[in-house]
Amino acid sequence: MLFLLFITSGLFLGWSLGANDAANVFGTAVGSRMIKFRKAAIIASLFVILGAVLQGTGATETLSSLGSIDAMGGAFTVALCSAIVVTWMTYYKLPVSTSQAIVGAIIGWCFYTSNPVDYKVLTVIAVSWFTGPLLGAIFSGLLYLLMRYYMRRTKTHVLILDSHIRNGLLIVGAFAAFSLGANNVSNVMGVFVNSTSFHINAGPFTFTNTHVLFLLGGLSIAAGILTYSKKVINTVGHGLLEMTPETAIVVVLSQALVLFIFSSTALSDLFVRIGLPAIPLVPVSSTQVIVGALIGIGAIKGIQEIRFKMLGTIMLGWLMTPVLAGLLTFISLFFVNNVFKIDITHKQLTVVTSPAAGPTTTVINLPVNTVLISVTAIALAVMGITAYLYFRHYRSKTAAREYNTRLNEQLQYAELQKSLSEIEIKQVQVENSSLHNRLEEKRKELVNYALNIADQRQFLELTCAALEECCRESDPQKKNSQIREVIRSVKQKMSFTDEIEQIYQQAEHVNDEFPSRLTELSPHLSAQERKLALLLRVGFSSKEIAPLLNISTKSVEIARYRLRKKFDLKKEINLTQFIKTI
Amino acid sequence: MFFTKANKSIALIDSFFNCVDQSVLLFKEGVKNYLYKNTENFNNNLQSLANLEIESDQIRRKIENTLYTQSLMPQLRGDILRLLEELDNLIDLSKKNLFQFDVEIPMVPQELVQDFVKLTQISVSAAESVIPAAKSYFNEPSTVNEKIHRVFFFEKETDVYADVVRRKIFREMPSLKLSEKFHLRYFTLHIENISDTAEKVADLLAIMAIKRIM
Repeated sequence: MLFLLFITSGLFLGWSLGANDAANVFGTAVGSRMIKFRKAAIIASLFVILGAVLQGTGATETLSSLGSIDAMGGAFTVALCSAIVVTWMTYYKLPVSTSQAIVGAIIGWCFYTSNPVDYKVLTVIAVSWFTGPLLGAIFSGLLYLLMRYYMRRTKTHVLILDSHIRNGLLIVGAFAAFSLGANNVSNVMGVFVNSTSFHINAGPFTFTNTHVLFLLGGLSIAAGILTYSKKVINTVGHGLLEMTPETAIVVVLSQALVLFIFSSTALSDLFVRIGLPAIPLVPVSSTQVIVGALIGIGAIKGIQEIRFKMLGTIMLGWLMTPVLAGLLTFISLFFVNNVFKIDITHKQLTVVTSPAAGPTTTVINLPVNTVLISVTAIALAVMGITAYLYFRHYRSKTAAREYNTRLNEQLQYAELQKSLSEIEIKQVQVENSSLHNRLEEKRKELVNYALNIADQRQFLELTCAALEECCRESDPQKKNSQIREVIRSVKQKMSFTDEIEQIYQQAEHVNDEFPSRLTELSPHLSAQERKLALLLRVGFSSKEIAPLLNISTKSVEIARYRLRKKFDLKKEINLTQFIKTI
Repeated sequence: MFFTKANKSIALIDSFFNCVDQSVLLFKEGVKNYLYKNTENFNNNLQSLANLEIESDQIRRKIENTLYTQSLMPQLRGDILRLLEELDNLIDLSKKNLFQFDVEIPMVPQELVQDFVKLTQISVSAAESVIPAAKSYFNEPSTVNEKIHRVFFFEKETDVYADVVRRKIFREMPSLKLSEKFHLRYFTLHIENISDTAEKVADLLAIMAIKRIM
């Protein structure tokens, strides 16, 4: 019972971690509605528990070697103080990490109980806080380049890509949740491991205190994810993680890889087996790794997109969280020990004179400081060289890009000129074709005129011959008959039937739709009335129409009147205007 | 098997683009037929364009339903649907403009026929150039910028040429009545609207491509 009471602080810390860090795993996927919250929360919870139970021991051992808390009261206070600091800083929107809070709290416990702090382990942990985001940046940069290459190479349709991304976010999210459970369960339950000692026999299986604690830790993180992470995703989740789903895959995968590397004992053992130094198994902040990953992508996209403000945020988190947690733990332990009379350690308490007072502890000495300074110097040198190389590469890349852009612009300009010329050529072709048609019409007209002239000439020659024959005729009766014949043929010719027919043809050619529309409008018109309507549409006056229809002007007027009646026109409507609108 | 829904949507989007392409071509042909008094062909163009508009509206609604009901591309669908709407405007505008030719029967003097043909060709070229750009947004967003360059060029050329035509109408054609001049001016504006709408689509595409480029 007392065990459960003491462990509540750890469970609270676990719940808080689950509520906050689920946004790092599925924040973008849920926020952008690519995956439903329910599905994401169930997957994340399941994999967090799996990660905690299967791979949670590595980082816990490191925390235990930093300061081995051997009493439940001490573990309770350390976990509670960390949880309070995390909650308080989250409430005021200050940068916070559970890993750093727990490390600060353990150091506070060590100082209060004058237990030795293993500064070598502390150095390793501090270096991992730096290398975690750095590794995140490197992984995300490489993965981003790989993804960009894939997307440009394959030219996948956006809808197909959407399917890929959806599945990718689920798989990567599950992996990240597993790594989160494996790496961060030590923050939640690591401090209780050395202060408890029990085992549960369940038939053929025996569960040690570590198994039970990690299962409870995993469950508390899962509870945080299921109960409160939706609110975090909806309110503060987008502040840090506002990115496209494509970027989210890269960032979450980088985070998962980093957390996995810092928590996998198997990977560390593999490194040792192939002759490389062992990987330090330490709890790292998933949020800080994500910020590192975002900076990595920013570096690839362009130096102006690097979020230096976020880098400052991490630094502030590094300094503030452990200090605050350490101070709070130190003060709280005094009250817990002296006011509530609860054991915070099984060791006899002594006045703290030196942090290196323990008999089995690595004492602060020059070599450790030298290691610390050397690591920092090497890290700074690497950063400097990387920055220089990057700037040089960026400058040459920019110059090449500008040259390329200029060439492209020139090419585009030439292409546009070509298109414009093509349009002009087309227009000239259309114009030529129109002119060719008109020329053809004129040629036909000319041929008609020529034929007409020849016809008239032939007629006049015949008339002339007939008149000469009349002159030679002596018989007056025959003479009169011949003259009448000539007059008849002249009158016949005067009717200009062919010419009038040609005029009709031309008028119909110009108004090719008119006859059909006229039939639709008034189907009972006679042929003569149709001709009259056509001539009126062309614009002839009554005087001009009379000879063409071979009738008098008066008859044209009467015909017009009849046409008005047939169209049933009112007095104020002009017949010609009406016909033109048909 | 896994991408059946996605493939159906892709086919719908492609057929919508084909509708847009056909509609601007029909508009070009329709104006040319009107100007050369090929009334029968003009009426056919008008009818085809009206049918195409109905078809494109149906396709657009189908795409809209698919994207929302299947919750596809939640981050991009707003932009994509806006793009489809703007392209649909291009079809609507082509139909509306061609119907205006049919309803108002503008009297285009013989001297201006070639100018109107050229103006229509340049304006429609802007609309034609926007379709490959829109298509490449879906497969290769990095090439969108290269393609919309043509749209901006043709839009600018349309503006310049429309000014030339209007100047000609008002300054070099005293025989035309003022009402006829006004009427012709409106028709140059109607034709110009096609390239203006294409430019709007190109602007939208430029922003959308930036959002998608990694």
